Amino acid sequence: MPDRKFLVTFSPHDRHPETTNKVMMTVIIAMLPIIANSIWYYGYYAVKGYVLTALFCVGFEYLFDKISGRPIAIKDNSALLTGLLLAMNMPAAAPWWTMLVGSFVAIVVSKQVYGGLGQNPFNPALVARVFLLIAWPVEMTSWVRPSPVIHGFLFDTVSSATPLGTLKSDLIAHGHVVTANLATYTDQLIGNVSGCMGGDGAIFVLIGGLFMMNRKIISWHIPVSFLGTLFVFTGIIWLINPQRTIDPFLHIISGGAMLAAFFMATDYVTSPVIKRAQIVFGIGCGLIAGVIRIYGSYPEGTGFAVLIMNAFVPLLDKYMRPLSFGEVKK
Amino acid sequence: MPFFGFKGGIHPDYNKSSTSGKPTETLPVRVGDKFYLPLSQHIGAPAKPVAAKNQQVKTGELVAEAGGFISAAIHSPVNGKIVSISHVVHPMAGRMEGIVIEADETNDNYEPVSDEGSFQQIIQRAGITGMGGATFPTHVKLSPPKEVDTLLINGAECEPYLTCDHRIMLEEPLKVIKGAVLIKEKLNIKNLIIGIEKNKPDAIQLFKRYGREYGFELVPLYVKYPQGGEKQLIKSCLNRVVPEGKLPVEVGVIVHNVGTAAAVYEAFYERKPLFERIVTVTGAVVTPKNLRVRMGTPILSLIEACGGFLGVPKKIVMGGPMMGMAVTSVETPVMKGTSGIVVYREEDMPDLTKYPCIRCGRCVDACPMLLVPSIMDRFVKREMYEELEQHHVLNCIECGCCSYVCPSRRTLVGGFKTSKRHIMQIIKERGAKNA
Ligand code: SF4
Ligand code: SF4
Repeated sequence: MPDRKFLVTFSPHDRHPETTNKVMMTVIIAMLPIIANSIWYYGYYAVKGYVLTALFCVGFEYLFDKISGRPIAIKDNSALLTGLLLAMNMPAAAPWWTMLVGSFVAIVVSKQVYGGLGQNPFNPALVARVFLLIAWPVEMTSWVRPSPVIHGFLFDTVSSATPLGTLKSDLIAHGHVVTANLATYTDQLIGNVSGCMGGDGAIFVLIGGLFMMNRKIISWHIPVSFLGTLFVFTGIIWLINPQRTIDPFLHIISGGAMLAAFFMATDYVTSPVIKRAQIVFGIGCGLIAGVIRIYGSYPEGTGFAVLIMNAFVPLLDKYMRPLSFGEVKK
Repeated sequence: MPFFGFKGGIHPDYNKSSTSGKPTETLPVRVGDKFYLPLSQHIGAPAKPVAAKNQQVKTGELVAEAGGFISAAIHSPVNGKIVSISHVVHPMAGRMEGIVIEADETNDNYEPVSDEGSFQQIIQRAGITGMGGATFPTHVKLSPPKEVDTLLINGAECEPYLTCDHRIMLEEPLKVIKGAVLIKEKLNIKNLIIGIEKNKPDAIQLFKRYGREYGFELVPLYVKYPQGGEKQLIKSCLNRVVPEGKLPVEVGVIVHNVGTAAAVYEAFYERKPLFERIVTVTGAVVTPKNLRVRMGTPILSLIEACGGFLGVPKKIVMGGPMMGMAVTSVETPVMKGTSGIVVYREEDMPDLTKYPCIRCGRCVDACPMLLVPSIMDRFVKREMYEELEQHHVLNCIECGCCSYVCPSRRTLVGGFKTSKRHIMQIIKERGAKNA
């Protein structure tokens, strides 16, 4: 038999079936309940928002790869994921051009210029959200009152403040919580309150998060330490003075805390690779979010909290490296 | 005995069922067959030929002697003639110095090794090396520089696909046990432990029966790769941690593979040099088998004995899929450490599409040495050897768990292997400068 040429590669020769594009797809699947829920409440606006951000993000990814001569990376599904996450972090009625600019900031400014997938220090969707919030505060805080699809596909908008926004203005105006103005647990859990498209409806976020845990995409470390810290911190303040803020349970189901804990803070690229560093990261997120919500001028703080902790990731990974097997401490 | 386990590790598909139930068959020697014996089949100095071209040799006759203390002797696997002493195919080096012998007679007897001298000398003379794949010369391990209180016999066989150790345990349990007891007695070791992974319940049952009679403890091992890694096995069975850069003797343990224990038995009681071994031939071959083959047999003969390739072969791995080497040629010979031949077709290959590292942390969780492969990999790319050393890359056991789990298919362990060699070189040079 003639000697054939056989493929020579480094070991190992078998691999786990999970691949990066599949991982991203699983996260997208985990988002479906949230997406469905926002379409239920925001109808046409939600559909438009998701479609536009997805198209813009994938489009920018494609264009940038093309122009810079990089291999086209849209197959890894990460741009699609970023687009959907961005939509979740925007008000339903945000104009289309904010979505265009947001997608540009997310994909090009906060990811591609750093070298593409895996290289960006900050969560791209959050960078875009914060940028838009600063550049167009009016458009980014014009909230729409949710209206279930069964009452007709939502076309007309009735503006309405978010529960945490109301809380903040009540505190400023009256110096205490106005109980009558608070959202109910049920409305908050099912997302029947105004806010970012994917931020409310804690139940649906939780379903997606648990699905990702079940599929071993994320572990408990970040969400539990994040939400746990937020709960404990706001709980202490609330116990000391119930007039100062809402109860801790309402805190963790309000204003995108769940979304941030399960979907934003757990972003692989911008969170620590070492488990115990992830716990510190989560605690940091929870604490900063709590401080912003209670003492800051923004009603909502989870997005900022995640971004701030993103900056500490390299340090956390460096200084929290476990001793390797049999390593002798020096 | 409690089971302590180790952190990290993976659960690959074991794929052992196509050969685990098959009794070992002997691959017959035919007149005219050629046998290729590389002089470096083991860790340490290459062997030195002691026979000349055209010389007639007998099965078991010494053809190359150990090239130093850490080295192993090589014996003729057949009755035949040395046709050349030049280059033979070698999986790691491409080609290397070796001896080619052509069989001119088929026979089953062999030239016994002399029983003069110490136990260690007999083992050395018989050319025994570790049979699990690492091929460290066995007599070296049998000469511990420190007090040893436990002999650990490794029957984990945690590499997927391979079943040769499983078959030895089932077919020749007493050789394994008596070989182990022999080592224990000769070295005055107090405890003997035999560890077998739980996916071999028949072997566990069988060995349990002999435990009291031969005075050993049987530890059923949790099934996880790399349970059979020396340091992992010691941690799992004894909860002792071998310090970085040190050998198991540091914590009073020596570890031998079950195949090695059987080879020690044969060398001491039957005076049999190491000229044959059991190889699992599996994957895309018509009938996967466990074969007893002579050293130096080209792997093509093994594949033909299994009915040939199934479909179009794309990759041939010598050893197991986790740590084995892909070979370029079917002329590559079976060597002392060849535990398996695994054939892959295109359709058996995993999806190897590369993506950038997404920092998912899977490699970190999988590393049984508690290293941080994703971060180390960045240093590999930039050839930052100092940083790599500070991240303890030298502690890497090259098990491949990190690469196995990586969804972006980064060449993690491959890079660490190469870097380790560079760093060893740098350390050597540093030492030379300071001396
Ligand atoms: S498993 Fe691969 S992609 Fe994940 S962190 Fe490690 S190297 Fe990066
Ligand atoms: S090959 Fe090395 S770095 Fe990778 S998992 Fe094994 S010990 Fe860890």
